[in-house]
Order: sequence, then structure tokens, then C-alpha cells
Amino acid sequence: MNVVVCVKQVPDTESAIKVKPDGSDIIKDDLKYVMNPYDEYGIEEALRIKEKFGGVVTILCMGPGRAVETIRTGLAMGADQAVQLDDPAFEGGDAFATAKALAEALKGIEYGLIFCGKQAIDDDLSQVGASLAELLKLPQVSLIQKLEIADDKKSATVHRQVEGGIEILKVSLPAVLTTQKGLNEPRYASLPGIMKAKKKPLDVKNLAALGLSSDSVGCAGSKSLITKYTPPPPRAAGKIIEGEGPQETVPKLVKLLREEAKMI
Amino acid sequence: MANSVWVFAEVKDGKIKKVTFEMLSEGKKMAEKLGGDLSAVLLGQNVGSLAEQLGHYGADKVYLAEHEALKDYTTDAYSKVIAELIKANEPSIVLYGATVLGKDLSPRVAARVEAGLATDCTGIGLDNSGKLTATRPMFAGKAYADISFSDSKPNMASIRPNALPVSPPDESKKAEVIKVDVNINPDDIRTTIQEFIKTAGERPDLTEAEIIVSGGRGMKGPENFKMLEELADVLGATVGASRAAVDAGWRNVSDQVGQTGKVVSPNLYIACGISGAIQHLAGMSTSKYIVAINKDSEAPIFQKADYGIVDDLFKVLPVLTEELKKLKAEG
Ligand SMILES: Cc1cc2nc3c(=O)[nH]c(=O)nc-3n(C[C@H](O)[C@H](O)[C@H](O)COP(=O)(O)OP(=O)(O)OC[C@H]3O[C@@H](n4cnc5c(N)ncnc54)[C@H](O)[C@@H]3O)c2cc1C
Ligand SMILES: Nc1ncnc2c1ncn2[C@@H]1O[C@H](COP(=O)(O)O)[C@@H](O)[C@H]1O
Repeated sequence: MNVVVCVKQVPDTESAIKVKPDGSDIIKDDLKYVMNPYDEYGIEEALRIKEKFGGVVTILCMGPGRAVETIRTGLAMGADQAVQLDDPAFEGGDAFATAKALAEALKGIEYGLIFCGKQAIDDDLSQVGASLAELLKLPQVSLIQKLEIADDKKSATVHRQVEGGIEILKVSLPAVLTTQKGLNEPRYASLPGIMKAKKKPLDVKNLAALGLSSDSVGCAGSKSLITKYTPPPPRAAGKIIEGEGPQETVPKLVKLLREEAKMI
Repeated sequence: MANSVWVFAEVKDGKIKKVTFEMLSEGKKMAEKLGGDLSAVLLGQNVGSLAEQLGHYGADKVYLAEHEALKDYTTDAYSKVIAELIKANEPSIVLYGATVLGKDLSPRVAARVEAGLATDCTGIGLDNSGKLTATRPMFAGKAYADISFSDSKPNMASIRPNALPVSPPDESKKAEVIKVDVNINPDDIRTTIQEFIKTAGERPDLTEAEIIVSGGRGMKGPENFKMLEELADVLGATVGASRAAVDAGWRNVSDQVGQTGKVVSPNLYIACGISGAIQHLAGMSTSKYIVAINKDSEAPIFQKADYGIVDDLFKVLPVLTEELKKLKAEG
């Protein structure tokens, strides 16, 4: 079964995020980039499906030149090929514009299943998977933690994490599934994997190659836009509660929580 | 109707979720400014009796769609009903809770009706022309973004639970109930729910909890989380965990708080034996009050905490639970 994994390159979770003084953007100079952690689960799951059923694993990534590194990481893990959508026109798009470009790119690819991450940890949108499913007219299941594909490959049973429990459902294939921690333990790229990745096919497409007009993608094709960034509201300096052991400190804490914070 | 504000009323276990009332309270103010009305959209089976409560919280109208295919949430059935309602009635603004359900449903509907959507907003308002604006955290709260929308309607936002204040209900207020014809064929629904395995008790989900007590590697082992459960019982809180505690297998994945776990905004977050790594802070730094209990005075969690106790948590927790019990008993 052929599987497509949508992969986004995002700033490392260690990154301190700083906003430009004029609020127009975040400061990107010192950022280190990694594969969106949730997308790693998608690659791992795709590789396991390939190991069981055969097929081709394709990485689909919209991102600028630097995103090649993330794509190579996925290829080194074991994906077979990649498509990168790289054009200044794609930049700044909302989930709708992003999904439109991804959906267009998928027209040339054969797949039985598409993985997206539950969310990209930079924009934290949690939208692209569902938007993509809608544009492709496919069913979606979000937040999956377990996947079993039926022998006839026409359906799958998935466990998804919902409030208060696990929902088990059957979904017809092809479908878009969004991945969540707990699905698997993503493998590391092996040294031979890294060597091989360099020779794997990477098809870089710009706007013209995709055949979309510039007003349908990026900022121009978006229905919502970021107008300003601000740093998070500052937190007042905290108090360390002084005292000899819990018999002294705990009553003081409880008093503060009750009288100052009015929380209990 | 033009200028109307809609709120998706989320029902769980036969009850309307609190975030719905939060959205109605804010939606009411927006509808008044726009000179339009506030509607709630209520889907399910045998949920009609809940419409009254939506009226108390300010809904002028309730669109009520009842059908056996809407008994349990499925993306296909719910998005079909809501998208058709939106197309027929053309509201200006549609709000959803940024819950597991809301985050599955809203982007699907947005893509179908080609609407802009801002996810997990902590604030919403109107610009000078009466268009929706939203504020939302990005990078797990390390930065915030102001969002504006295109001129095409509707504009949509999902709202983080606990972010907006609730206005007190007015029991004299009644909503007009509009019954919606539901046309769903079995073929429309491409997922079938087979089973639900309950993992949590009666406690609210972390993303909606008002108080969270969270444990990290300092808890030393799974058995010690019992101490946190006891504290949580007294406080009516939900128990969370750091990734270290989850990766060690002490707690379920669904308990993880942080950048790659759940992002939470309770009123009170009590961190026990958690160092305060940047990825953990990213998931809880929007909590109104933070308490840290850690034996290392240098732990970064103390830089975020409103109140800190530098001590052994195994000594502190039993005393804290006892003190709070006493307080409860006094009333
Ligand atoms: C890509 C990525 C994503 C991540 N996502 C997350 C995430 O979503 N959530 C998350 O939490 N982490 C996340 N992390 C991990 C994060 O970097 C930290 O490793 C983790 O948060 C540490 O957990 P901890 O504070 O429980 O453990 P530690 O850092 O080991 O801290 C344990 C603390 O307990 C204290 N302690 C020990 N014994 C006692 C005692 N008896 N009494 C009182 N205090 C005691 C110690 O002083 C110490 O401060 C992520 C990391 C990466 C690389
Ligand atoms: N630029 C992109 N290129 C490829 N996939 C993406 C891109 N943006 C988002 N995705 C996919 O959609 C998921 C959710 O992203 P988001 O809706 O932005 O939170 C990600 O985990 C990716 O799988």
C-alpha cells in the first residue's frame, strides 16, 4: 500500500521564540529547525505499513530550501521518495491555502493512506489534516494512537484518543489520519539510511509546476492572516515560601491560595 | 442571517460543555455590537431539552438537529449538517470550542464552506468594520498572534476552554428553537464507532480542567502518583504529568502536559517534582496561578511559579492534602 506522509519543518522545541520589535514576525535568525515531532509518528507508521504490505512511502513537504534537511531525515528513516513544494508564493499561507497546495501536489501521487501530524508545533493550528481531507473528499480520523489495516486494504481500525478514553473506529480507505504520541516509537535514521537518502528521488515543485495561480496559495489564497505577533504576557515574579519544613510552609501556601489567589 | 453569531453547542454525556457557555457569553456581546442575533447550533439525539439552557446563557435561537446518526459524533455527519446550515443561513461568525471534537470538526467545516478559521483562540473581538478578530497562542504559547479574516463570510474561531469568562445565566431568557431537517444517508458516514474504552474517571479532561496537579520524574515511580490523585480528589482537580513521567511508563500518554503533550490553561497548576523544561513550560505557562514543589531551588519551574516550596515533595504533599481536607471540612 502506498502511503503519503505530510511533513512540516518547524523550529526545534528547545527554541526560545522572540518577536521582532515591530511585531511583524518572529526573529528567525538563530532558530534551529527539525521535523515536526508529530510527523515522525506518521513516517514510522508508514514504514511499518510498507514492511507489512509493501508499497511506496512518499514524503510531501511544503517549505523553503532549508526544509530539504527535514525531508532528508525522513528519507534516511526509510521513506522512498519526496515531493517538496518550494516557492515564495506559498509562504505565509493559512491552513486552507496550505492544504490547497498539498492537495494539488497529491494529484500526481498514488496513495491508499495519508498521514498528517495532529498539529504543527510552530503555528499550532491542528487544521491542515482535516482541511486536506475535505479538499480530497476523503474521510478523516484525528489523534490516532493505533492503526490496523484490514487484509483487503479497504478499511482500517483505529484507536483515537478522545476526552476520557479511547474511541475505536473503523474507517474506509483511503483516508487522512492525524498522528498523536503513543502511536509508535519513531526510529532513528541509520548510517546506511543516511547514505542512501542522498540518492533517493526528491521532486521540487514551484508554483508553476504545481499549476496553481499565485492568488490561490500563500497569503493571497488565505482566509485568515496573522496581522501582528506579540510576546506572551509577562508573569510577575513568584514567591518562594519560607519556613521550617512543610508544617510551616504548607499552611502559608494554603493561606496564599485562599486569600491572595482565591483559588480554593 | 447576516450579522448573526453562531456558537456550536458541544454536548458530552448528556450535558452541555462549559466552553459553550463561555462562547455564548462572549458571542452575545459581539451580536449586540453587530446588531444581529446569537444562535446556538445543537446536534445529537434526544438533546432538545438542552436548548433551554442555551437560551439562559444568551442564545436568541437554537438550531436543533436531532437524528439517530447524530447520537455519537462523527466528522462526516456533523460537518454535513453544520455546513449545510451555514450555507443556508449565512452567519457572519461561527465559534467552536477548541476541544478534541471542536478541533476535528471546525477545520473540516471551514474547508467545506471556504471560511477562515483561527484555532485555539484565547481572545476574540470585532474590528472597526465589524469583522471578527482573534488572538491565539503559537509555538505553544511562546508567542501570541493577532488574526484578521478575509471579507468572505463566515469567519470562524475555535476557543480555548477556560479562556473567556462566563456571564451568569438568566433563567427568564428563552431561545426560539428551530428544528432542522436532517438528511443523512448511511453512505455519508465513512467511519463507524466500534467501541469506547473509558480510561479516565469522572475528572475533567486536562484541557478543560480548572485545577491540575502534575507530577514529574521527581515522583520516583507510578505508585506515588496516588498521592497526587488524593490531592486532586480534595481539590476537584485533574492529574497531569511531565513527559519524563509518561516516557517512564508511569502515566498514560493522554496525561502529558507540554509542547508535544497537551497545552493547558487551568486556574491553578501545581507542579510536583517537575524541573520546568522549556517544553513543559510551553504547555502550562498560561495557567492563572502556578505552584511548584521541588527540592531543587535552582529548578527553572520556580521562575514561572507564583508560589514555590523548596522541599521534598514526599514530605510536602501529605501535609498539603491534610490541610486542604481540614479546610474543606470547615467549609
Ligand atoms: C521534542 C521534545 C518534546 C518534548 N515535549 C515535552 C512535553 O510535551 N512535555 C514535557 O513535560 N516535556 C517534554 N519534553 C522533555 C523535556 O525536555 C524534559 O525532559 C521533561 O519535561 C523533564 O521532565 P521532569 O521535569 O519530570 O523531569 P526532570 O527534568 O528530571 O526533573 C525532575 C525534578 O524533580 C525534582 N525532584 C526529584 N525528587 C524530588 C523530591 N523528592 N521532591 C521534590 N522534587 C524532587 C528534581 O529536583 C527535578 O527538578 C520534550 C523534549 C523534546 C526533546
Ligand atoms: N507546509 C506543510 N507541508 C507539509 N505538511 C504540512 C505543512 N503544514 C502542515 N502540514 C501537515 O499538517 C499537520 C498539521 O499542521 P497544522 O494544521 O499546521 O497544525 C502537520 O503535522 C503536517 O503533517
